[in-house]
Amino acid sequence: MLDKELRSMIGDVKDGRMDRRAFIRRLAAVGLTAPMANQILAIGGVAMAQSPSPYPPTKRGGGGPLKLLWWQGPTLLNPHFATGTKDQDGSRLFYEPLASWDVDGHLNPILAAEIPSIKNGGLSADAKTVIWKLKPGVKWHDGKPLTADDLVFNWEYASDPATAAVSSGPYSDLTVEKIDDLSVRITFKNPTPFWANAFVGAYGCIIPKHLFAEYKGAKSREAPNNLKPVGTGPYKFVEFKPGDLVRGEINPDYHMANRPFFDSVEMKGGGDAVSAARAVIQTGEYDFAWNMQVEDEVLLRLEKGGKGKTLYAVGGDIEFIAINFTDPNTEVDGERSSLKTKHPSLSDPAVRQALALLVDRDSIKKAIYGRAGRATANYLNGPDDFVSKNTKWEFSVDKAIALLEKAGWKAGADGIREKDGKKLKFVYQTSINGPRQKTQAIVKQACQKAGIDVELKSVVASVFFSSDVANPDTYSKFYADIEMFQIPMTQPDPALHMRRYHSRNVATKENKWQGQNFPRWINKEFDAAIDAADIEIDPVKRAALYIKCNDLMWQDTVVIPVMHRLAVEAASNTLRPALSGWANQTDNLQDWYREG
Amino acid sequence: MSQYVLRRLMIAIPSLLGISLVLFVVLALAPGDPFSELATNPNVPPEVQAALRARFGLDDPIYLRYLHWLNAMLHGDWGFSFVSRMNVDTLILQRLPATLYVIGSAQILALLIAIPVGVYAATKPYSLFDQIANTLAFVGFSLPTFFTGILFILIFSVTLDWLPFVYTTDIKATGIHYVLEMVRQAIMPVAVLGLFQAASMTRFVRSAMLDVIRLDYVTTARAKGLGQAKVIVKHVMRNAMIPVVTLIALQMPAVFGGAIVTEQIFRIPGIGSLLITSILSNDTPVVMAVTFVFACLVVLFNLIADVLYGWLDPRISLR
Repeated sequence: MLDKELRSMIGDVKDGRMDRRAFIRRLAAVGLTAPMANQILAIGGVAMAQSPSPYPPTKRGGGGPLKLLWWQGPTLLNPHFATGTKDQDGSRLFYEPLASWDVDGHLNPILAAEIPSIKNGGLSADAKTVIWKLKPGVKWHDGKPLTADDLVFNWEYASDPATAAVSSGPYSDLTVEKIDDLSVRITFKNPTPFWANAFVGAYGCIIPKHLFAEYKGAKSREAPNNLKPVGTGPYKFVEFKPGDLVRGEINPDYHMANRPFFDSVEMKGGGDAVSAARAVIQTGEYDFAWNMQVEDEVLLRLEKGGKGKTLYAVGGDIEFIAINFTDPNTEVDGERSSLKTKHPSLSDPAVRQALALLVDRDSIKKAIYGRAGRATANYLNGPDDFVSKNTKWEFSVDKAIALLEKAGWKAGADGIREKDGKKLKFVYQTSINGPRQKTQAIVKQACQKAGIDVELKSVVASVFFSSDVANPDTYSKFYADIEMFQIPMTQPDPALHMRRYHSRNVATKENKWQGQNFPRWINKEFDAAIDAADIEIDPVKRAALYIKCNDLMWQDTVVIPVMHRLAVEAASNTLRPALSGWANQTDNLQDWYREG
Repeated sequence: MSQYVLRRLMIAIPSLLGISLVLFVVLALAPGDPFSELATNPNVPPEVQAALRARFGLDDPIYLRYLHWLNAMLHGDWGFSFVSRMNVDTLILQRLPATLYVIGSAQILALLIAIPVGVYAATKPYSLFDQIANTLAFVGFSLPTFFTGILFILIFSVTLDWLPFVYTTDIKATGIHYVLEMVRQAIMPVAVLGLFQAASMTRFVRSAMLDVIRLDYVTTARAKGLGQAKVIVKHVMRNAMIPVVTLIALQMPAVFGGAIVTEQIFRIPGIGSLLITSILSNDTPVVMAVTFVFACLVVLFNLIADVLYGWLDPRISLR
C-alpha cells in the first residue's frame, strides 16, 4: 500500500492537516506501532513529540521518602558495568541518558535539548549520522558543567575493550565527535535506521569525564566513583551497600522543573519476590517493588483489600520453545549439535508443526502467567501493534496426531511414534524457574497423548546462560532437542531481536558457541530479509521486512512462541510511577509522584 | 600453656591450607559464571560475556588460579568480587555488623533460655516443669526457621502489624529512637533463631547436668550441708558445662558466618545473605573469602574451647 499514501500522510502532519495521533492510529491499523510511527515521522521531517506526561506536582520536593524494594539488590553503580537490570536500575537513580523510552515507546528527552529529527537537522537522510544537542546549564552533582566532552568520553570508555564494559554493544561501529560544547555528531559505519541506541536508555547513561578519565581501560575497576556515583540525575548519592541498599537525596539543582517529587530515595535489596509483593501490596512498608515473578493467584490474593496493586508494562519479551535443527546426539569433530548433522526427526517439518500444535498456551496462561502473559504465535510481539497478523496458534492433539500419521510416524509397541527406526523421543531443557518447570509439565502431557516421549531437563540459570565453553548444559550449546527460555526486548526496535537468527550467527565450536543463532536454523530468504532490513532507510519497507522475518520463522517452526510476557511491578495505591515496557523501571524516575 | 597454644596454631596452618585447596577446587569445578544475565540481552554482544570471563581469569587452569589466589591472600589481598567489582574485604566488613548484632543476640537469647531452663529441669527430672520444657524443646527444634520465620511475619507483621519484616540498615532516627527501632526490627529474626538454638541447647544442658548430678561427689557436697543453690552452681554446673562449652564454642563461628535462611527471609544484610547470593551468582572470590574465614574461625574457636577446658577442669592438663 503504503509508500505513496504514507508520504502524503507525513506531509499532512507536517502541514497540520492531520494530527499526530490520527497518523499513529492509521499506521497502527496496518500493523505499525506507535514508536515505529514516530520514528517514521522523525525521519519524514516531523519532530518526535514527547508523550504528554501528566505531572501535576508544582514544586520540587516535599514528597517525603520513596522506598523501593528490589528483591535482588544492585551490586554495582557504574552503568557501563551493569550486568543485570538491577544494576542498571540502581545506577539510573543518579546517572541519566540523553533520552529514555516512555510508556508509549516514544523518546523522552532527558539530557538532550531535543530529540534529533530530519526537520531539526539532527538526522541525516542517509541514516548515517545523528546530531544530539545537550540541554544547556546541566550540572553534575559536584557542580561541574555537563559538556559534549563527557559524551565523547563515554563512547571512548565503553568501546575500549580493556575497560571490560558491558555497554560496548551500543557504542560499537560508530564514532562520536564533538561539534561544540553542547553538541556531538554520531557517525555510523553503515546506515543505521534505528539510531537511538547509543546514549539512550539503560546502557546510554552518561558518566562524568572529569572523574573517570583516569580510569579508562585496564584501570576501570579502581575508579573510586564506581561506588560513589556523581551524576546528573534527580537524586544525589548518599550511601551504597552492594546487594543491600542504595540511598539518595533530592538534587536541588535538578535540570527539570518541579522535579523530583520525593525528598529522598531508598532502594532496598534482598529476599524473595513473594515477600517483596507482600511488603508493598499487603503491609505497605514499601512503595514499589520490582519484577514480581509471582504466580498470579498469589498476587490476586494479596491485592484483596491490600494497600497496593500490581502494574503491568507491555514490552516485547518473549518466552518460547526453540527447536534444534541439528543432531545433539551425534558428535562430529568433537562437537555435538554440529551444523554438519541434521536432526533425525525434528528436521521433518511435520514433527515441528505437530509440536507447535501441542503447546497449550491457554492452559499455560491460566495456570501460570495469568495477567502477566499473553498467548501468542509470533516471535516478534512488539512494539505494541507491531505484530504480524498472518499467524495463528492452535492447540489440538488430534490435529497433531493426524499430521504425524500423514508424515509416516506410526505408534510403536510402546506407544511412541517412530519412522525408519527413529523414535520421537525428545529432551526438553530449560532453566530452573518455577513457571518454566510447570510449562514443561503441561507440554509433556500433551506430547504423551500424541505419542511423543519427552524427557524434561532443568539447568540452574547461572549455568544455562553462562558462556563457559567447557560446560555442556548451556543454552547456546543446545545439547538437547528442544529448549525454552525468555529473550527480552530492550528497546522498541526489532533489529537486534531478529538478527540473531541470521545464518552467519549460528553457534558452533568454531566461534566458541558465541553465535546467537542457537536453533542452528539456516534460511536464505530470512538472511536476505535481515540483510535488507539492516540498511533499509524507508521505515515502512523495513517494518514489512521484519514482519516477513517473523512469518518465516513461524512457517518453518523455528521457535514455538509460548507467552508474550509483560513486566509486572507492585506499587502502593498512592504512588504514580512512570513505567514503560521498553525501559527499565527507574528509567523515568524523575516523573514519579504520589497522589493523595 | 603458651607453648601449647603456639603448637596448636602451627598445626592449624596445614589444615587451613588443605581446607582452602578443597574449597577452591570445588568452587572452580562448579559450572556457570557470574555473567549469565548478559546472555539473553540483545544489546550485549556475546563476545562481551566471553571477554569478561577471560579478563577475570575464569578460563585459566585451576592450579594457576589457586596459586594466584593463595599468593594474593598471603599478601593480604582478598581479591575483588566479580559481581560488584569491589574489594572482597570491604564487602565483608560492610556485612559484618548486621550479622554480629542479629546472630549474636540470638545466641545470647538462646543461652539465656537454655542454661536456666536446662539446669532447673535437670534438678527436678520428670517433674511437670521438665516435661513441659522437654515438649517445647522438641517442638522448637522440629520447626525449621524458614517455617517459623514466615509464620512470625504472617502473625506479627501482616495480621497484627506490630513489627516490620524488612530489616533496614539506614534507620532515619537518632538517639533513643534509633535504638528502639533497631531493637524492634531485630525482634523477629532474633526470636526465630534464638528459640531454635535454645531448643536444642536446653536438651543438651539438661542431659549434661543429669550426667553429673548423680555422681558421688555431689552427694558428698550435699552431705556436707551445702545449700541446694551452691551445690548446683558451684559443683554440678561447673563440671557439666564442659561439653556445653564445646557446643557453644563451635557455634561461635556461626555468629560471624551468619544464618543463610533467616537472613534471606528478613532481608538482613549479613554474611549469610552475602554468601548465598554469591554462591547463586558464582562469585567465586566472595564465596572463597567467606568460607575461608569461617574455616579459620572454626579452628580458632576449637582452640579457645580446649583452653577453656583447662580452666573449667584443672585435671585436664594442656601440654
